[in-house]
Amino acid sequence: MDSNTLVAIVSIATAGLTTGIGCMCPALGEGRSVATALTALAQQPDASATITRTLFVGLAMIESTAIYCFVVSMIIIFANPFWNHVIAQTGAK
Amino acid sequence: MNLTSDQQIFWQHGFVKLNETIVTTWAMMIVMSLGSKLITRKLATEGTISRWQGALEIIVTGMEKQIKDVGLSQPKKYLSFLGTLFLFVATASLCTVLPGYKPPTGSLSTTAALALCVFVAVPLYGIREQGLGGYLKTYMKPTFIMLPFNIISELSRTLALAVRLFGNMMSGVMIIGILLTITPFLFPIVMTALGLLTGMVQAYIFSILAAVYIAAATRAPKLKTDLHAQPKVNHLQSSTFEAKRSPNG
Repeated sequence: MDSNTLVAIVSIATAGLTTGIGCMCPALGEGRSVATALTALAQQPDASATITRTLFVGLAMIESTAIYCFVVSMIIIFANPFWNHVIAQTGAK
Repeated sequence: MNLTSDQQIFWQHGFVKLNETIVTTWAMMIVMSLGSKLITRKLATEGTISRWQGALEIIVTGMEKQIKDVGLSQPKKYLSFLGTLFLFVATASLCTVLPGYKPPTGSLSTTAALALCVFVAVPLYGIREQGLGGYLKTYMKPTFIMLPFNIISELSRTLALAVRLFGNMMSGVMIIGILLTITPFLFPIVMTALGLLTGMVQAYIFSILAAVYIAAATRAPKLKTDLHAQPKVNHLQSSTFEAKRSPNG
């Protein structure tokens, strides 16, 4: 197996793993936070405005970790520096 | 596949480039400022108001209320900055209903510029409210050991603001692009509708986070007075509590 194929395999597998794990863990966290917010809403419907706003801000914070993973995997697939290096080398030969 | 709209270059002269992001941003700025100028040209305070004025009033008072809810007691001071951020991001994502349009917030340069605006505005508002020394002291709270961590958090939250908005917008465009090649007819429309919702939520999140950061930078002295006031209240409460309890005991 030459290094060319190896770079391609590692890139694609890593991109899949990055998005897979990076979606799973924030999803668990978001589920927990939404469940807790629903409990709080059921107990105190008067505070719904504050709870909803805090929930949205918190969800965005958690969501952004998943977004970081997505951005990294997009870079690995579409703008991979190692793959570009390989292509430049084969082009030079 | 183009990752961002920066890669579509219309015109280039040496160092100066005119890419799609700049063009759509300027077109949006022109539409928004001309539109609001036209609407606010003849405002009415009594009698029947025009429908457009009603719409703008709903938007502006809604933003004022949200800013006030975050904890900034004088929302008028911050409305110009936070309202502009919200309207820009919201319009950028709402315009995705137009065919052939790519949101300028789907490019990292735009979102980095917006996040840098927040990064500069937070200390400015903090200094205006508390003075230079008072603002710099907030970095030393609770103790001076926290100084490097406070500075790091200032930088990392700017990065997070930029990457969050960029990732959300870019992923929306990317998913629609990929779906167009797989299931071309109906499903991309559903995802576009979902993208509109995500865009509005992201606009809300961006401006609310900026408001929270500004509130944290401007509100520090009042917290101190609250802490001083608290023991008295506690004492009162506990004494009445004891007074209530004593007959039973």
